[in-house]
Amino acid sequence: MGVTLTFIAIVLGIVAVVYLLRVFELSAIAQGKKPWEVTEEEGKNQARLMPVFMIAFYAFFIWQIVHWGPYLLPESASKHGEDYDTLMTITMGLIIFVFFVTQTLLFYFAYKYAYSKNRRATYYAHNNKLELLWTGVPSLVLTILILFGLNTWNEIMQPVNEEEEHVLIELYAKQFDWTARYAGKDNKLGRASVKNIAGTNALGVDSTDIHANDDKIVKGEFHIPVGVPVQFVMRSQDVLHSAYMPHFRAQMNCVPGAKTQFNFTPTITTEEMRQKTGNPDFNYILLCNKICGAAHYNMQMDIIVESKEDYEKWLAEQKEFNPNGKNANNINEKEIKLAQR
Amino acid sequence: MTAHSHKKDWLFTYVFSTDHKMISKQFLFTGFIMGFIGMLMSTFFRLQLGWPGESFEVFKMFLGDWATEGVLNPDKYLALVTMHGTIMVFFLLTGGLSGTFSNLLIPLQIGARDMASGFINMLSYWLFFLSSVVMLVSLFVEGGSASAGWTIYPPLSALPQAIPGSGLGMTLWLISMTIFIASSLLGSLNYIVTILNLRTKGMKMTRMPLTIWAFLFTAILGVLSFPVLLSAALLLVFDRSFGTSFYLSDIFMGGELLPYEGGSPILFEHLFWFLGHPEVYIVLLPALGITSEIVSTMSRKPIFGYRAMVGSMMAIGFLSMIVWGHHMFVTGMNPFLGAVFTFTTLLIAIPSAVKVFNYLTTLWKGNIKFTPAMLFSIGLVSTFISGGLTGLILGDSALDINVHDTYFVVGHFHIVMGLSAVFGMFAGVYHWAPKMFGRMMNNQLGVAHFWLTFASAYGVFFPMHFLGLAGVPRRYYTNSNFPLFDNFVDLNELVSIFAIIAAFAQLLFIVNLIYTAFRGPKATRNPWHGNTLEWTTPVEHIHGNWPGEIPEVHRWAYDYSKPGAENDYIPQTVPLGPDEEDEGGH
Repeated sequence: MGVTLTFIAIVLGIVAVVYLLRVFELSAIAQGKKPWEVTEEEGKNQARLMPVFMIAFYAFFIWQIVHWGPYLLPESASKHGEDYDTLMTITMGLIIFVFFVTQTLLFYFAYKYAYSKNRRATYYAHNNKLELLWTGVPSLVLTILILFGLNTWNEIMQPVNEEEEHVLIELYAKQFDWTARYAGKDNKLGRASVKNIAGTNALGVDSTDIHANDDKIVKGEFHIPVGVPVQFVMRSQDVLHSAYMPHFRAQMNCVPGAKTQFNFTPTITTEEMRQKTGNPDFNYILLCNKICGAAHYNMQMDIIVESKEDYEKWLAEQKEFNPNGKNANNINEKEIKLAQR
Repeated sequence: MTAHSHKKDWLFTYVFSTDHKMISKQFLFTGFIMGFIGMLMSTFFRLQLGWPGESFEVFKMFLGDWATEGVLNPDKYLALVTMHGTIMVFFLLTGGLSGTFSNLLIPLQIGARDMASGFINMLSYWLFFLSSVVMLVSLFVEGGSASAGWTIYPPLSALPQAIPGSGLGMTLWLISMTIFIASSLLGSLNYIVTILNLRTKGMKMTRMPLTIWAFLFTAILGVLSFPVLLSAALLLVFDRSFGTSFYLSDIFMGGELLPYEGGSPILFEHLFWFLGHPEVYIVLLPALGITSEIVSTMSRKPIFGYRAMVGSMMAIGFLSMIVWGHHMFVTGMNPFLGAVFTFTTLLIAIPSAVKVFNYLTTLWKGNIKFTPAMLFSIGLVSTFISGGLTGLILGDSALDINVHDTYFVVGHFHIVMGLSAVFGMFAGVYHWAPKMFGRMMNNQLGVAHFWLTFASAYGVFFPMHFLGLAGVPRRYYTNSNFPLFDNFVDLNELVSIFAIIAAFAQLLFIVNLIYTAFRGPKATRNPWHGNTLEWTTPVEHIHGNWPGEIPEVHRWAYDYSKPGAENDYIPQTVPLGPDEEDEGGH
């Protein structure tokens, strides 16, 4: 019923527009002008709309900042994220500055130089100095931006130093959920391949690999310790996914047939962030950010950042992959090699 | 004349025409019909995004079993998104935009009787038509149309088990695109040959209007990059149908291990974006060319920095071929490669800035006539700035990490590429309707169309940047599953309302266009007092464009308001005076 009415309204609307068109034409002919011609007065009216639109546009922009600004991501909860935020602030500042300057010039010129038959436009075809100016200045600004950006990029993409204390976690993606696998006491992930998937071994962990015995597999939520670098390794068993952890300024695709990696050091615990945001239900999340199928919109996992003690306590409660197997930490290299054969 | 040959005449004049002016109109109407369908799809999925999970009568009517009891199904939401992107990028803004205006303007503005090969030109259109039909047919097959996003990344696009749309729908998508690429290549080769070989006497390259330069660079980009998409698509066909593993490896799906081994989906991404990024400029350059022409004509002022405008288009075209990796910063690609692509990508900002400042200087001290074409051109400069600037964030690998694939990207490319190109297309139609139909479009409706479209389009895409900065991913069926995004319910509603207003505003244009084509007031030969050659042709279309000799060109196209001249324009056919210097010649 509603649709039928809408269609009737649309059809009537079209008819009305056609009649309007005829009225415009006839009134133009009655005034002795061509119906498609823009008179000087009409042109002036359009010119006046330019600054009106500009002000409305800017007001809309500012209203959005006031209205939605508070709900943007809070300060970064990772170490590299602080550099990320600095770079973002600088770039955003530059963009907004250039935006206002150029848009204002555009609408102002359009307003100021509306057609008048008493005036002629200035014949001004080129000026090499001006061209040089607006090639040179953007080049300079961009050089700085590029150098700053690349510096930050290189630091972010630096892998964790193997010698230093760190946590190693595999993020495993499939349609449509996440699983995290901790490397356990030996801090080495056991080999895994989709070829080994069978029964309860949903991640295809190679049970003959001694490093796999102490691996811990968790679902629903995973915990990480504050202040300790976390090295993530991403895998996917079916299609492309993307592990996106927006609060930590972290993202990496999960690619079937390959391993990818990303690392960061969390700096703010979940509890602290709850206080900072004033939201007692706040949780860090991992979500999928690469179209992966029908339920893509609901592929998520909670992340809990807590003190090292709490983290270790939590981890101790998690079940090992093969609790009865040998632990790689308790035997020497030779035995590991033998066991792996 | 016998009745038989008259019938034949009709067939070859209106259907299998080899006349570039008729082919141009065929591209225009096919492109707009596709664009209208694409727009309708976007209003459908905006209804779902604005009011997630609600039942809509209009879905029951149009979407059938894509919407169970009027509620859009999640996988069909993705089908709509995919087809919207495909149709808008390829059919409206590549085939429709470039096909219409390259065909109309190249022979008319360089002084040629027709395209180098009228037959290839006709073939190009009919392949385009065929690919459009196949693409639309794919909406009605079992499993629905392609649903893996317009970028059709495998494995999602390769395996019907992954999403229903990757069955027959995806096969038809690939067939349609293969035909489309053939059409695009035939068209582009024809444009290049025509521009290089068929210029009239005196039409040196340095005297060509900027539209022609833009079409030339567009065609070159198309010829260089579309074949790569073709090969990417063919390899995907092999993987889908013949069991090869170019893009697939180690996949466990639906409870079984699939036999693919050794391939990589990242290879597909490289091949796809090797076309995909130049494609952005294939879409954008014609629009920039059209508006350069209109801004100059309607400001009654020469375009500022003609040579810089040509140079910047050339630079943009060249750079666009070596920046594709910025779509892949977070694919696990070597970080050093990411650094290289950041460098090349951000360089594009330089020629883009040159273009913007040259537009602004052209307006400065002009004598601006606000025709609808001029309004849309000003709109384009505005959207080109707004959308281009956010590219500085997305092109920077470090910053891309957290906004990659979020609504920030959606806002960015819809403004810089979608709106700019569509505005360029509207501007072109309003401006050259007298050449297409011999009739003038209505001014008041055009003005209303502009302001409604301009305001509501910003209303749709501007707030999306805020969603992106809050970490909301694109291509989500609903944002309601995350408490984190609950504060943006009103934003999503607002965007959807603006989208609906924008869609209705297009009715003003459709009515205006159809009315003009059949009943509009008769045009005069040179209604805008333009300098270029198309305004020297008769209003009625004739085969060969000029009744007598093709006019000779003596000057560049931008002698507007030249001091000492009687009128505020001097057509290109007027010989140089004794003391006059040709701006384009040196």
